[in-house]
Amino acid sequence: MEDSTSPKQEKENQGLREVEGPWEEKTAASPQDPDPQSSEPLEAEQVPETGPQPRNSPPWSPQSRASTFLGDVTGQEASPPNSPPQQTSSTPPLTLAEQDLGAPLQSGRTTTRIPDAGTPLSGSLEQSSDKRESTFHLTRQSEENTFPEPQQPKPDLYGLRDPSYDTSKQKELRFDIFQEEDSNSNCDLLQSEPGASEVTPSMLEVAIHNAKAYLLRTSSKSGLNLYDHLSNVLTKILDERPDNAVDIIENISQDVKMAHFSKKLDTLQNENELLPMYEIAEMQKALFLQGNLEGADQELEEEIAEGSLPNVMEAAFYFEQAGVGLGTDETYRIFLALKQLADTHPIQRCRFWGKILGIERNYIVAEVEFREGEDEEEVEEEDVAEERDNGAIEADEDEEDEFPKAFYKAPRAIPKEESRMGANKYVYFVCNEPGRPWVKLPSVMPAQIVMARKIKKFFTGRLDAPIISYPPFPGNESNYLRAQIARISAGTHVSPLGFYQFGEEEGEEEEEVEGGRDSFEENPDFEGIQVMDLVESLSNWVHHVQHILPQGRCNWFNPVQKNEEEEEEEDEEKEEKGEDPDYIEQEVGPPLLTPISEDLEIQNMPAWTTRLSSNLIPQYAIAVLRSNLWPGAYAFSNGKKFENFYIGWGHKYSVDNYTPPVPPPVYQEYPSGPEITEMDDPSVEEEHAFRAAQEASVSAAEENEETEEDEDEDDD
Amino acid sequence: MDAESLLLSLELASGSGQGLSPDRRASLLTSLLLVKRDYRLNCTDWSLLPPATEEMVVQTAMVKGRFMGDPSHEYEHTELQKVNEGDKVFEEEVVVQVKEETRLVSIIDQIDKAVAIIPRGALFKTPFGPTNVNRTFEGLSLSEAKKLSSYFHFREAVDLKNKTLLEKADLDPSLDFMDSLEHDIPKAGSWSIQMERGNALVVLRSLLWPGLTFYHAPRTKNYGYIYVGTGEKNLDLPFML
Repeated sequence: MEDSTSPKQEKENQGLREVEGPWEEKTAASPQDPDPQSSEPLEAEQVPETGPQPRNSPPWSPQSRASTFLGDVTGQEASPPNSPPQQTSSTPPLTLAEQDLGAPLQSGRTTTRIPDAGTPLSGSLEQSSDKRESTFHLTRQSEENTFPEPQQPKPDLYGLRDPSYDTSKQKELRFDIFQEEDSNSNCDLLQSEPGASEVTPSMLEVAIHNAKAYLLRTSSKSGLNLYDHLSNVLTKILDERPDNAVDIIENISQDVKMAHFSKKLDTLQNENELLPMYEIAEMQKALFLQGNLEGADQELEEEIAEGSLPNVMEAAFYFEQAGVGLGTDETYRIFLALKQLADTHPIQRCRFWGKILGIERNYIVAEVEFREGEDEEEVEEEDVAEERDNGAIEADEDEEDEFPKAFYKAPRAIPKEESRMGANKYVYFVCNEPGRPWVKLPSVMPAQIVMARKIKKFFTGRLDAPIISYPPFPGNESNYLRAQIARISAGTHVSPLGFYQFGEEEGEEEEEVEGGRDSFEENPDFEGIQVMDLVESLSNWVHHVQHILPQGRCNWFNPVQKNEEEEEEEDEEKEEKGEDPDYIEQEVGPPLLTPISEDLEIQNMPAWTTRLSSNLIPQYAIAVLRSNLWPGAYAFSNGKKFENFYIGWGHKYSVDNYTPPVPPPVYQEYPSGPEITEMDDPSVEEEHAFRAAQEASVSAAEENEETEEDEDEDDD
Repeated sequence: MDAESLLLSLELASGSGQGLSPDRRASLLTSLLLVKRDYRLNCTDWSLLPPATEEMVVQTAMVKGRFMGDPSHEYEHTELQKVNEGDKVFEEEVVVQVKEETRLVSIIDQIDKAVAIIPRGALFKTPFGPTNVNRTFEGLSLSEAKKLSSYFHFREAVDLKNKTLLEKADLDPSLDFMDSLEHDIPKAGSWSIQMERGNALVVLRSLLWPGLTFYHAPRTKNYGYIYVGTGEKNLDLPFML
């Protein structure tokens, strides 16, 4: 009896196992190993004793068979106590099983889960047995081809989901109960079959089997089946225990479905995201490569001899002592970028000026002095400006006859300073990041500096961005940037007293050169100043960049200098207006090399703050200057060496909030006179009076005429 | 940022240019450890700052200008105050003295409330209320890191209730319980978000409190913010954008 039932059960077990196997794996995989065993007593209680016995036996026979077939041993393999006695009966059941294959399958495709005998036993055994049985089943499948396709991927499906599930006891119990029901039914079926030789199972059980088969049917679209989906949803609900689960059940169901299709964690990163990183790395790699490899020796010597490149790392080291800086990594890259700049352009000297922060990108600024006669000239701009001026004057003259001439004369554009002079002493290059190409900033115009003083705008990081402001800034961001750089340099570049000295031209001291001296040179006899002195007194530091006058230039330009044509006009106008003075007062600023102690205070605070870099080790400390007027400007000196640096947003500090300037009053354009001035319309009385007067004069004229005619007639 | 990761954090936030000298860094490290035990001032000596009160905030709002560096320095400013004396109500010019200490406290509090930020997902809130550090936070992805909406203010939510239902539906209540940076006024203006070192580091700088730098290395757990500045709010921000 056992033999006959066992192959059937076996087959059914296998059939079911194939589907059920992963579930068992799941229960097996759960850390709750005792659970299956704890459920065992339940099972044992609920199920008649006859049940477990036959259930236990069959799976083990295929297992042992499978082990012989596949030689696949996983994990612990405690040979089940039941197996040895079964081995003898193993082979014949197999053949019988083949014959019996068709029947149980026809009744219900893959379903009718017969409880695994594995549950009462240890989990790992289950697992191994299940796996083997499923593989065994698969090998049989190839033989028979009666098993429908979708079954195959299922084990994998289940296998994947196994670790993600946290089995709850109740669920297990439920499944166990379900299985028990099945087992009951099946056992009854099988037991009754040979015993009572009744082939028709009860209607209820058939219905259950059919229902389950239907639930397990896979969707043609998504490859899921309802049974699994429902069990997943229930698992999720039981894990998460949301409030009002019944209300959000649809959402949960949706989430589960979505989760099924979500990508697993990518071990490969998104290519798009990495591209910019690689781009930058490539650009910076170019920095690290040396330019020409041929003649390297010669070039090395040249480079060492020239010394046009500053020792940025050394300066960075000192600044780091002061707590200012960009980090070693970034500074080194900037260093290499500077070297590249020096290699590609004919540069006499260059310096890392600083970094200006922007909203989208930042600017790294290099201050450069070209070799003599090497800089590019920008004559075009000036010519264009002059032409425009001329054009305007001509237009005025044409209109003079027709329209009243307007008073307004555009103030003559103050020409920019020559290269190498004043605010344009140095040329500035900027780049957004080390490795990107350097862009040369245009020279600065006085008008731009004047305007830059009136507005306060953040930099965006794009050189061509327009500056929308009031008063309107003449230029775009590159001009604004250049103007701010000029202001910052003029305001904050300082050096220890005596480092620079004026050229040896004593004759000039007597002559009052307009605008003061503007050239200096290094003092070869500079002996250094004690660091403590540098810290204690601000008079030991001097500005070595010319102050920018309110006009926007360093050297005063008298706009009243006239061409001969204009002189005459202006004389006339002066007589008329009597407003403009004969000469505009010369703007004077502090001369070069003024000590910074003369700088104006800001609301009771000195313009500079000094500090020793370290109070703990004063003998190696350096003096650090921090500007309060331009936050972000620093200078250090260790007595002999010094350096200036700027890092910040590029704005001046002001105690009061920024208020944009008020628009100027409406300009009185035309001279008021009877031709233009509006008059009130005459009132009615005035009109009458006027008309009466007119009539009177007309009649008087007529009388005169009549008398004349009379006289004429008389004469004739 | 944590005391342990101070060194790394400073290196990552160095793009703004303000950092600490090795001197201070070292002393700060050691003293931070000690602070956990007791309190002192000025990198070796810390003093316990009292928590900010509203009154303090109002008082210090009137004080402009830089900090002096001396906690006991007193600012004076004259204020018109209505003084009730008996039946009379008249305005009197009162010289109010505000100690720098209180000013410091209130500024720190304001900065924290206004611009302390953390990335989305770093903290999560259990339904029962308490907020926990999310130990499984692996960092923002690169595309998320570039969006302002992935960062939250590290404070009690002020704006959440004002959102429309549609917006609320997209929120995940365990993660999105703080205000996002998207809605900071002026919109699209008060933060500068940049990627440095290629895409290896995202740096947010506040334009409202210049000197506040927040950094985060995407796909890692590193993030933090540091304030190095003069302690003054940038009220000119609308003009500057």
